[in-house]
Amino acid sequence: MQKDIKRLSLILLFAPFALWITLLILLPHIGMVVLSLREKVAPRVYEYGFANYIEFFNEPIYWNTLIRTGSMSLLVTVLALIIGFPIAYYIAKIAGPRLRGALFLLCLIPLWVSDLIRAFGWILLLRETGVISSFLQWLGILSGPIEMLYNDVAVIIGLVYTVILFMIVPLASTLDGMDNSMIEAGYNLGGRGITVLRRIIIPYAMPGIASGCIIVFMLTAGSYLTPILLGGKNSSWFTEQIYDQFITRYNWESGAAFGMLLLAFTSIVVWLGLKLTGQTLANTVTKT
Amino acid sequence: MLIQGNKNDKMLWGYRAYVAAFFIFLAAPLLSAATFAFNDSLFPALPWQGFTLNWFFGDTEPKLGMFYDRRLLSGLYYSFIIAVMVSLLTVFIGTCNAFLFVRKDFPGKNFFYILMIVPLVIPGVILGISILVLASSAANGLENQFNFELELLRPGIFLVILGQISFTATITSLVIAAKLKKFDITMEEAALNLGASTNRVLWTVTLPFLRSAMIAAGIVAFLVSFENFNTTLFLVGSESPLTITMFDRVHKVGSTPVLNAVSFFLMIGSGLLALLSIFVQRDKSARN
Repeated sequence: MQKDIKRLSLILLFAPFALWITLLILLPHIGMVVLSLREKVAPRVYEYGFANYIEFFNEPIYWNTLIRTGSMSLLVTVLALIIGFPIAYYIAKIAGPRLRGALFLLCLIPLWVSDLIRAFGWILLLRETGVISSFLQWLGILSGPIEMLYNDVAVIIGLVYTVILFMIVPLASTLDGMDNSMIEAGYNLGGRGITVLRRIIIPYAMPGIASGCIIVFMLTAGSYLTPILLGGKNSSWFTEQIYDQFITRYNWESGAAFGMLLLAFTSIVVWLGLKLTGQTLANTVTKT
Repeated sequence: MLIQGNKNDKMLWGYRAYVAAFFIFLAAPLLSAATFAFNDSLFPALPWQGFTLNWFFGDTEPKLGMFYDRRLLSGLYYSFIIAVMVSLLTVFIGTCNAFLFVRKDFPGKNFFYILMIVPLVIPGVILGISILVLASSAANGLENQFNFELELLRPGIFLVILGQISFTATITSLVIAAKLKKFDITMEEAALNLGASTNRVLWTVTLPFLRSAMIAAGIVAFLVSFENFNTTLFLVGSESPLTITMFDRVHKVGSTPVLNAVSFFLMIGSGLLALLSIFVQRDKSARN
C-alpha cells in the first residue's frame, strides 16, 4: 500500500516533467531534424537526403555568415571577460560589504530591461542625430554629425553590453567564495600583482570564468535583436539567415537545416568549453 | 588584496575610476531611452525642447501618448496575458520538478536532470522554430487526415506561451529546487509524528516554506516572458505582444518618443517587480 502510494506520487510528479520535455523540447527537435533532411522535388513530393546541408556548404554566403557569427561571438566573449573581470573582482574583493550589495544590485538592473529597450537606448546614443554625435559637436570636437550606427563596432558594443552581466554574476559569486588569505599568502611569498593574479586568482576563478564564457557565447551566437537593430542591413548574423529562410522565403526545409547547424555549432563550442575547463553542465548553469 | 600599500593609492583610484566608468556605460543607454520620454519634440534626439508628459497622456496626433496608442496598448495586454499564463504554468512545472529531483530517487535521475537543464543552453531562436515546425506539421497532419483545422496549433498566443514555457520552466525549477534543498526534513517528520496526514503536511508545512521561492520564481518567469523576443518572434500570430510591436516600430517605422515612454514605463514596472522578488526572498530567509 505504502509502496503503491510512493510509486503513484513519483508518476504524478514525473508527468509534468515528461510532458514538458517531450512535447516542447524532444519532439520539436526531432521534427526539425526530419524536416531538415527533406527536400521538395515537386509539389507535395518530397525526397529525403542531405540536400539542404549540401546547399549550405555550396553557398559561401551561408557558411561565411556562420563563421562571422561565430568569430564575432568569440570576440564578444573575450571582451566581456576582459571588461567584466575587474568589475567582478572589485565587487567581490575590494568594495565594502554595503557597497558590494548595492553594486551587485546595480549590475542586475539592466538585466530586467528587455534587449529591445537596451538596443533602442544604444540607437539613440549612437545614431547620426544621437546624443554622442550632438554632444561632440557641441564640444566643438566634430564639425558635422557622424553616424556611429550600422557597423560592426556598434554591434559589438551592443552585444557586450547585453551579455556582460551574465559574465559578471558568476565571476563575482565565484570570487566571493575565495579566501582573502590566499591572496595575502601569495604576496607574502613574494609574488607581484601580476603573478598573484595569474597563479592564484585566475585558477581559483576558473569555474566562474567557464560558466560566464559559455553562457555569454551561447547568448551572443543566438541573438537576433541586437545585430539587426545596431548593425542594420549588413549585419549578416546567422539567426537572420534562419529568419529569412523561415519567414521571408518560406523555405522551412533549409531553415530547419540552418537551425540544426546553429544548434550543432553552439553545442560543440559549449561542449569544448566544458571539456577544456573540466566543468559540468549542471554546475555551469546553476551558477548564473 | 590585489592592490595594496600606500604607493599603490593612485592605482586604486584608477581602478575606482574604471569601475565608475563601467557603471556609466551600463546606465547610459537606459538613461537615454528613459529621458527622451519627457522631451517635447517629435524625435527622440537632442536638443532638449522642454518637459512634457504628452508621450504618456497626449490624446491627439502627432503627439499621441502611449496610453492612447491602441496598438501599443493591445501589445501590452497580450504580453500581460502571455506572461501571467507562462508564470503560473512554469511555477507549477517547477514545483513538481523540484520535488521530483530533490525528494525522489529513480533510475536515470542524473540523465533526466541534465535534460531539465538543456533548454537553457539551446538558443531561443531554435526553440522557436522547432516548436513552430512540430505544431505546424501536427496541424497539417490533422487537416489532411481528418479534414479538421486546429487553429490552436497555428502561430498565435497559445504557441507563444508554449515556446516561452520551454525554457522558462528550467529557470523556475532551479529556483524552487534550490529552496527545497534547504528544507529541514525533520520538520515534516515532526508533523507526521503529531498525526498529520501526508497531504496536510504538504499544504501546511512544506508548501508554505516554499512559498517565497515560488513567488520569486513566478516574478522571474513573468519578466522573462514579458521581455522575450527570440522565441516569440517565430511563434507570433496576429496578436503581437509588446516586444514584437515595439520591434516593428523601431525597425521599420522609425522611432518617436512614444517608444521612450513605453521603455520608461517598462523599466519602472520591471524594476518594481525585481525589487519585490528580492524583498520576498530576503524577508523569508531572515526569519528562517
